[in-house]
Amino acid sequence: MLTASGLTVRLGGRTILDGAGFTARRGAVTGLIGPNGAGKSTLLRAVAGLLPHEGEVAFAGKPLPSDARSRSRLLGYLPQGHHVHWPLTVRRTVALGRLPHLGPLGRAGRADEDAVERVMAATGVAGLAARAVPTLSGGERARVMLARVLATDAPVLLADEPTAALDPGHQLRIMALLRAEAAGRQCAVVVVLHDLSLAARCCDDLVLLMPDRRMIAGDAATVLTSSLLREAYGVSFAVTRAAGIPVVLPQYPTPIPDIIQSGD
Amino acid sequence: MRTLPLLSGLAVALLAVSAAGLAIGYAPLPLAGVIAGLFGGGDPLAVAVVREIRLPRLLLGIEVGAALGIAGAALQGLLRNPLAEPGLIGVSASAGLGAVVAFYFGFAALSPYALPGLAMAGALVATGIVLAVAARGGDGGLTLILAGIALSSLAVALTSLAMNLAPNPYAVTEMLLWLMGSLKDRTPADALTACPFILAGCGLLLATGRGLDALALGEDAARSLGVDLARLRLAVVGGSAAAVGASVAVSGSIGFVGLVVPHLLRPLVGHEPGRLLLPSALGGAVLVTLADLASRLIPTAQEVMLGVLTSLVGAPFFLLLILRVRREAW
Repeated sequence: MLTASGLTVRLGGRTILDGAGFTARRGAVTGLIGPNGAGKSTLLRAVAGLLPHEGEVAFAGKPLPSDARSRSRLLGYLPQGHHVHWPLTVRRTVALGRLPHLGPLGRAGRADEDAVERVMAATGVAGLAARAVPTLSGGERARVMLARVLATDAPVLLADEPTAALDPGHQLRIMALLRAEAAGRQCAVVVVLHDLSLAARCCDDLVLLMPDRRMIAGDAATVLTSSLLREAYGVSFAVTRAAGIPVVLPQYPTPIPDIIQSGD
Repeated sequence: MRTLPLLSGLAVALLAVSAAGLAIGYAPLPLAGVIAGLFGGGDPLAVAVVREIRLPRLLLGIEVGAALGIAGAALQGLLRNPLAEPGLIGVSASAGLGAVVAFYFGFAALSPYALPGLAMAGALVATGIVLAVAARGGDGGLTLILAGIALSSLAVALTSLAMNLAPNPYAVTEMLLWLMGSLKDRTPADALTACPFILAGCGLLLATGRGLDALALGEDAARSLGVDLARLRLAVVGGSAAAVGASVAVSGSIGFVGLVVPHLLRPLVGHEPGRLLLPSALGGAVLVTLADLASRLIPTAQEVMLGVLTSLVGAPFFLLLILRVRREAW
């Protein structure tokens, strides 16, 4: 179990997080949701140890090591954007995920190569291994970057909007891969998501970050209620169910602004 | 794609241009005389020419080229920008300022170590300032470049001031000629003075490969993979300062080598920043040795200065590169 408690982050004089905390179970996918600016990405980066913060993050009852290298074996982090700065090949990009495991000389061993092949096969990018990342489509690139973070073999995986800018098919594929990883290796997976219906469908637990810094945790039925969502996002939501899973439809603000009514 | 064939190819090329560098010069020596002279036998004149003039010049060319090449590759990796260059972070200009100060106050005439010493001091001070500013700026890349540009401008302005106030035209000529960059008339002592600093700098830079690779994924991802960014920045900028500072100290400023060499070699190592480091050192050595050879072979009344030659070729290349980078956006 991953436990974050009392996380406070101040950036440029603004308090972004004020005593935030949540738990993420092993073998489950925990979704962080909330409006823009509520601090989802900041929370994820604080947990990853990428931001100076107060408070504590513990895994399996022990505080995370402060040393970056030992921490990197425990915690895989996938940032937003899926950008690679050089036209590296897919295989080489995925292999970067093995860096925490390499010895002082940086030579990749048999186990590293096996891990790279395994995650490329699991994410369906083995056929792209020799392609340069910038030549890939958005969906392919998202899977390559997911493979990169899976290659770390870390028991905690943090992914910041891994489904952004993807079509519904690719969104579900990415989430299915994360679910399989959580179940298969008993990882604690934490995902920042914007699509609430996707979150309801694919996450075991949800944490809703409110504009007033409160945090509501629970399963989809507890968190995705029209009153909580209205408070969080400032618009009304129609919450229905399909196959027992909440489906969330945001409503136009009333009165509808002219720009939307006139249709242009 | 493996690195070994590329490295061997570059090593063979370096041997070939080195042999040419020893064999070709102003004094007409037969090849047998050069070989005998190299090993200290035969005609005493040939021994003097080969061991006191051509060999130091060749060794300096290799040292300086390796320093510029590897520093360019490391800086491009750190800043994730193929247009980065040792000149960009203010190291070259500040080392040049240190050298000009040595001329201006006449230290250069007092001790043979004054000029390289002050040039390296200039490089170190510049590095310290740039690193301090970059550390406060937070996001490393952009702040580092901006601080480097500001510092370069200041160093160039102070260099101009020194020339402006120079006591006599002879001193100005001396400074100008030195700033143009050349390997002409260097002594074995020059090659020896620069060597430990260049070796230490190259060693420091070679060890940054893994961190530079991880940076391809961005700063957050690199840190999450266990890379200590502050240490990486310190190693790249400090290593570049030692290597480039020492080479500017003995050769003046030789532009564009650090830009061109990594760029030409990058596709051959699969664009991997870490694997680019060692080939760039070898490639830089080949390029500078070759350019120095060309400066001797071009039949002009005055020898074309090496720094002038590399800039004449390098600047148009830089423009082309900007055009291509704009179009591709990687």
